[in-house]
Amino acid sequence: MTIRWSSYTAKGFFDELIENGRPRDASKPLGEHLSTLSNAEIKERKAAAELAIQVMGITFTVYSQEGGSIDRAWPFDIIPRIIRKSEWDVIEKGLRQRVRALNLFIDDIYHQQRIVKNKVFPRELLLDSKNFRPECKGASVPHQAWANVCGSDLIRDKDGTMYVLEDNLRVPSGVSYMLENRQVQKRVFPELFASGNILPVDDYPSQLYDMLASLSPRKVKRPEVVVLTPGIYNSAYFEHAYLAQQMGVELVEGRDLAVADDDCVYMRTIEGLARVDVIYRRIDDLFMDPSVFVKDSVIGVSGLMRAWQKGNVALANAPGAGVADDKVVYAYVPQMIKYYLDEEPIIPNVPTYLCINKDERKHVLANLDKLVVKPANESGGYGMLIGTRSTRKQRTEFAKLIKQDPRNYIAQPLIALSTVPTLVDDHVEGRHVDLRPFILSGKRTYVTLGGLTRVALVKGSTVVNSSQGGGSKDTWIVDTDS
Amino acid sequence: MLSRVAENVYWMSRYVERAENIARIINVNAFLLLDLPKKVRPGWEPLVQITGGEALFKDMKGIYDERHVVKFLIGEELNPGSLLSSLRQARENARTIRDFVPRETYEYLNELYLFARTHLSKGLSAQGRFGYLKSIILGTQTITGLLAGSMIHDDGYDFLRMGRNLERGDMTTRIIDVRSANLLPNVASELRPFESIQWVSVLKSLSAYQMYRRKMQVNVRRAEALRFLLQERSFPRAFAHTVGEVEFCLRSLPHNTQPLKIARGLLATVNSVKPEKLQQAELHQFIDSLQLTLNELHDCIYSTYFSAQASEPKPQAEAVRPSQRVALPQQG
Repeated sequence: MTIRWSSYTAKGFFDELIENGRPRDASKPLGEHLSTLSNAEIKERKAAAELAIQVMGITFTVYSQEGGSIDRAWPFDIIPRIIRKSEWDVIEKGLRQRVRALNLFIDDIYHQQRIVKNKVFPRELLLDSKNFRPECKGASVPHQAWANVCGSDLIRDKDGTMYVLEDNLRVPSGVSYMLENRQVQKRVFPELFASGNILPVDDYPSQLYDMLASLSPRKVKRPEVVVLTPGIYNSAYFEHAYLAQQMGVELVEGRDLAVADDDCVYMRTIEGLARVDVIYRRIDDLFMDPSVFVKDSVIGVSGLMRAWQKGNVALANAPGAGVADDKVVYAYVPQMIKYYLDEEPIIPNVPTYLCINKDERKHVLANLDKLVVKPANESGGYGMLIGTRSTRKQRTEFAKLIKQDPRNYIAQPLIALSTVPTLVDDHVEGRHVDLRPFILSGKRTYVTLGGLTRVALVKGSTVVNSSQGGGSKDTWIVDTDS
Repeated sequence: MLSRVAENVYWMSRYVERAENIARIINVNAFLLLDLPKKVRPGWEPLVQITGGEALFKDMKGIYDERHVVKFLIGEELNPGSLLSSLRQARENARTIRDFVPRETYEYLNELYLFARTHLSKGLSAQGRFGYLKSIILGTQTITGLLAGSMIHDDGYDFLRMGRNLERGDMTTRIIDVRSANLLPNVASELRPFESIQWVSVLKSLSAYQMYRRKMQVNVRRAEALRFLLQERSFPRAFAHTVGEVEFCLRSLPHNTQPLKIARGLLATVNSVKPEKLQQAELHQFIDSLQLTLNELHDCIYSTYFSAQASEPKPQAEAVRPSQRVALPQQG
């Protein structure tokens, strides 16, 4: 059986590729091509993808003492998600605007706090922010860029509107899968790339290197940039190793680094100590420096904060950047954009109710069965209540939690995530997706062309995390005008 | 190159080499025992002595019979010098440098460790042991081959070779020391026919017998066997060869003045000795001095390449004086 788009439906959702039984403009070449393939041919392509993933060693690692490390193959669907370039151009502009405002906000928060003094952002929110680091007050970072690597999650509602769901400003991951997905996709449908309308993504590692190098405190031709990983047990270790290798820089662990009496950071090499200029750290703030934060952290480097405060080393992302990675702070991003840039937000936020405000809290408590309630500082979808699928007991429990700690909770309407046709056995069905583009901020700003599309492979599910049945797709930005 | 990576490479290859050596000495011992008359059979105790495991073996209330010793040397998890422990440590080191060594090396090493563990009962049985140990020896040789054939021969490879050769040199001296001490000190005339069998066994413990015959073309005699095992540059398990390899690797590494000096001194010492003049007591003393210097070389490589300090280094602990009672060195 070949794919017939006329019988494909995505009732009640916006489908990224198909509209009224026909491929959208940008998806036309792919849609038409897919419907010429026989069942056997599609199976062949799928097998090609699986082989490529195996050969390229794209995995996420689960370690057990028993059997050593188990590398699970990365779940990948061969039908890409496609966005028209003209639409992407607007999104890209919106992301630049957003990250610029966020960086100005973080810089302001650690200096004069004008936004608080002008009563645009409430002081009490700042005081109980879990990710506000008093140690960062007065610190200045190169180019005022604190969140050097930002991963913002975008979702599309049934009417086609794209929203920002959250901004990941601490240590966002996933970019290596974006890059690898493209490599796999090229092996699956080489003929479709021949047209040249699909914009490339492979530029990311060199853009990342340039951004990191632009933060170097020493003005040398080739500053020493390193990637700092918590180590092989970390679930994102594959990505750390991948990025270090792609950039041609050392992948280091905390024990490879030391801060000397001159407050500079050095790495231990067989040549002796080598000065380090920029650290792309994939370790959370709190584990970075045991002399300042969590005392028994074994993955950090003692004295690192001191070296950073003195301006002897650049850290990306800067410590304290997570202050804006808070779902309550998120609700204020539109106001920040107006306040710092005097512009209207290009990409809207998902409407958000802050439980700390009395009226909004009242509304939330009265509508718990319809809303999605989230804690302010969790990531990875933990501690959430999805109203439409909740039991009375869960709702009572959340009502109690909200009343106890209103600052820590927000609520949003349930967004009906858009779908993309996805291979299920020998036919296609719509599956829900989100999109994580990555925005680099240093001397210049760079936005990936597309990003990582995550897909919930389980029918009807909106959970896209790979640990919970999620997979991913290649993301194509297609230039329909050329 | 990061010190940590160099250190992991170094220990990975040391532990792989150690696993192979343990497998070899067990197999050889089993055959040796079949050839000797009962009253002069050295039994299994020497193997525990070679690996310096006597104290632990005693603590564990081990009995020096075949079953206990073989279990202790092959499968005892509590014995850090056992074959299984060595393979596990090799795997742990390889795992953290998966992106540095060819990926298949880690995968193969992982498989080898899992094989060794899964088929342990076979390794402990009299019938299955030979095949089991042979598989281990072939497996470790495969890893050496994989690395030689697919890894960039850069600084990292030098650390790999140094680890392998220091371990090998260490084992060679241990085997000579323990085995020669166990040889009949006052050979009674009726046992004279067996004297050469014992020296053959020393050679065989080092997989050196066939090569000795080819190279020396004489019957196995004490002085010739010692000369071969200590000084023969062309035999990969001879002491002079292993130190020569380390010396060669050091030449292209940075800051090599100190370690090179030690390696060259060691080479000069071993090459200038006259084996025929070494009676048992002198031989023991001489081997002891070689081991001391070998340890010094290891420490020097360690401090030069693996442990650059950002502040004043803490004073090093007193070096332990080696003798055959010293346990195999372990990663700190």
